[in-house]
Amino acid sequence: MEITGAQAVMKSLEALGVDVVFGYPGGAILPAYDPMIEAGFQHVLVRHEQGAIHMAEGYAHATGRVGVCIVTSGPAATNLVTGLTDAMMDSVPVLAITGQVASTAIGSDAFQEADVTGITMPITKHNELVESVERIPEAIKEAFYVARTGRPGPVLVDIPKDILNATLTWNWDDRVELAGYRPTVRGHSKMVREALELIATATKPVIYAGGGLVRAGADDELFEFATRLELPVVTTLMARGVFPDTHELAVGMPGMHGHYAAVRAFQETDLLVTLGARFDDRVTGQLATFAPHAKIIHVDVDPAEIGKNRPVDVPIVGDVKVVLEQLNEVLGAKAAAGELERFKPDAAAWREHLAQLRREHPLRVEQPHEGVVKPQTAIQAIYEQWGDEAVYVAGVGQHQMWASQHIPYTRGRQWINSGGLGTMGFAVPAAIGAKVGVGPDVPVVAIDGDGCFQMTFQEIAAAVQHDIPVVFCVINNGFLGMVRQWQHLFYDDRLSQVALPQDLPDLLKLADAYGIPGFRVQTIDELETTLAKAASITDQPVLVEFRVDPDEMVFPMVPAGASNDELIESAEEWHARVAAAEQA
Amino acid sequence: MRTTHTLSVLVENKPGVLTRIAGMFARRAYNIHSLAVGPTDDEAVSRLTLVVGAEAVQLEQIVKQLNKLVHVLKIVELDPDESVEREMQLVKVLADPATRSQIIEIAEVFRAKIVDVDHDSLTIEAAGNPGKLAAMLELLAPYGIREMVRSGTIALSRGSKSISDGSRARMQRVV
Ligand SMILES: Cc1ncc(C[n+]2csc(CCOP(=O)(O)OP(=O)(O)O)c2C)c(N)n1
Ligand SMILES: [Mg+2]
Repeated sequence: MEITGAQAVMKSLEALGVDVVFGYPGGAILPAYDPMIEAGFQHVLVRHEQGAIHMAEGYAHATGRVGVCIVTSGPAATNLVTGLTDAMMDSVPVLAITGQVASTAIGSDAFQEADVTGITMPITKHNELVESVERIPEAIKEAFYVARTGRPGPVLVDIPKDILNATLTWNWDDRVELAGYRPTVRGHSKMVREALELIATATKPVIYAGGGLVRAGADDELFEFATRLELPVVTTLMARGVFPDTHELAVGMPGMHGHYAAVRAFQETDLLVTLGARFDDRVTGQLATFAPHAKIIHVDVDPAEIGKNRPVDVPIVGDVKVVLEQLNEVLGAKAAAGELERFKPDAAAWREHLAQLRREHPLRVEQPHEGVVKPQTAIQAIYEQWGDEAVYVAGVGQHQMWASQHIPYTRGRQWINSGGLGTMGFAVPAAIGAKVGVGPDVPVVAIDGDGCFQMTFQEIAAAVQHDIPVVFCVINNGFLGMVRQWQHLFYDDRLSQVALPQDLPDLLKLADAYGIPGFRVQTIDELETTLAKAASITDQPVLVEFRVDPDEMVFPMVPAGASNDELIESAEEWHARVAAAEQA
Repeated sequence: MRTTHTLSVLVENKPGVLTRIAGMFARRAYNIHSLAVGPTDDEAVSRLTLVVGAEAVQLEQIVKQLNKLVHVLKIVELDPDESVEREMQLVKVLADPATRSQIIEIAEVFRAKIVDVDHDSLTIEAAGNPGKLAAMLELLAPYGIREMVRSGTIALSRGSKSISDGSRARMQRVV
């Protein structure tokens, strides 16, 4: 069958099982938008291409499937740069298709020409400028395969307009052949046994559970492994929920704004069982003093992560879900033979120690004065309203940290955020993409900051137009709160360019302008009733603004670059330290 | 601890592959001393020889990060004692009737060839390991070097084994 390159793009996406693409048309990609009218997938028309890629990311975060976006050349493609980088940092499987000027015009500085494969080389897992129409199906399926497998990531396919218009004989083979790309899936069985032997001898073991577990969908395997050996579990910002926070083995989140017990667990442990995590600086703090007594088991599908920041005692390259299956298989056999006890570390005292730290060092939220709403309280109320079944999507800043700390997550993919890149503006579009992915039965609640929200709120129009009923919560503290916090703590409270007038814009009028219900919570006593009203609306997007105490800060906190031993639990503690240092 | 390492890298002969490799080195602040690239007996495959400056831990990272590039097929580190390394050098030296024969003598000692002769200059072609080429250059310097060019290192392991041993592609299911 003779078809055009543009039709081949549609048919390839259909063959790959794509059910939605997020996109925005324009000159070079026009040929693809014509056959799209008949295509077997939905198209969500965004309002800015950054929205398209964050929606694709949100969809991928929430479903584990590849998120797809399609945009035109030049400025549209460069608008993807932030999202591609975000997806690269957080290993999000995304396929970006960009139109390009005609192959005959490439290199001539033609209208809307940009060297998109050149620009995106360091921020994609792989990319390709398609050079012949016959290559289209191959290029798209290879891109999809590379995005999804191994360590997931963004892949971009750039297709010149004349190639979209040219014709080819349609031919689809479900297989790819990539000589230079063969991710290791199964762990080395000798290493798997060594890991178990090392765990058996530990007295203070802890699982360092990272975002790789979420990407691999390894919740169940992790649960079986951790509970069978009774290993405490710390879940990173990227892994919140992959082990249920409600379980007695859950210790919380590590890192710069981690839970006290989790940060201490890492500093005191004698064995870090690292699963799909990468010793990021926001977790380790000063690397030289991180987990100083720990031996390291490190499981990762990306061999380059192993030994990158911290030398490893037992390296295991493989898909963390498969490796956990291997570990569980061995343990299952041992249990059947009545030998499980030998593999269980003698760690009862350690578990009790961590439980005690949790009891003695809870998150501190001051009680509200004069009815003012504390941002943490707002977030707790959001959780009480939408509950465990909802998916929560955060922006970047204080609200993000509070949302990661104060909501008990119970499954992977329930918590979506931009961890590696810290992309303000992520929440609104990512929540829309996530909602498309999870469907009508699961509520998706964006918890955004007033600063972040103003970077991408135009995508509310896409949510309205395509009937995507997301709950947009804005924690409005009238500040770039996280930056203000740093200026307060580290620049002597000299505030510089961080104030955002709380009623600029008026968010109720904004909701009105988009034709969606808008609510504002100003005092503590209206919190519950207002949220109940907002939650009763499930068939269209809703905006809820929380006017919160602007002075609240995120604690605990490890100052950037400091040792995790320097964890500070409250503003008072910080100021006492500063005063003591000045005295000395 | 050796800090200079020679890597032989087989890559798919695709547009941009050199940019990907150079870009990865630049982005991760790795150090390339020299780079040579050319075709192989298989037209779909090119071979790069990279001489990199790195300690053991960084070298491991370099190899792993290179391996992540989809177009990179195979990487082998060549042991200097178990391999042949060569660079090529062309040197244009000032030569008058008085110095000409001395220069030719120096070239002969280094088994170099005179490849171009003019009234007042000679161009010498030499191949060898970096040490030998540097030594020749030093001896030629007093005569006046007009210009010179030196290639990156190319290298092969000694003996009959081949970098391509054992590499083969496999079909994988997409969905
Ligand atoms: C695109 C981008 N620009 C700048 C920053 C730096 N930054 C990090 S948090 C933050 C403040 C966020 O303000 P807001 O959305 O109001 O959240 P809050 O901290 O007040 O909860 C800024 C400016 C960033 N992370 N991303
Ligand atoms: Mg704010």
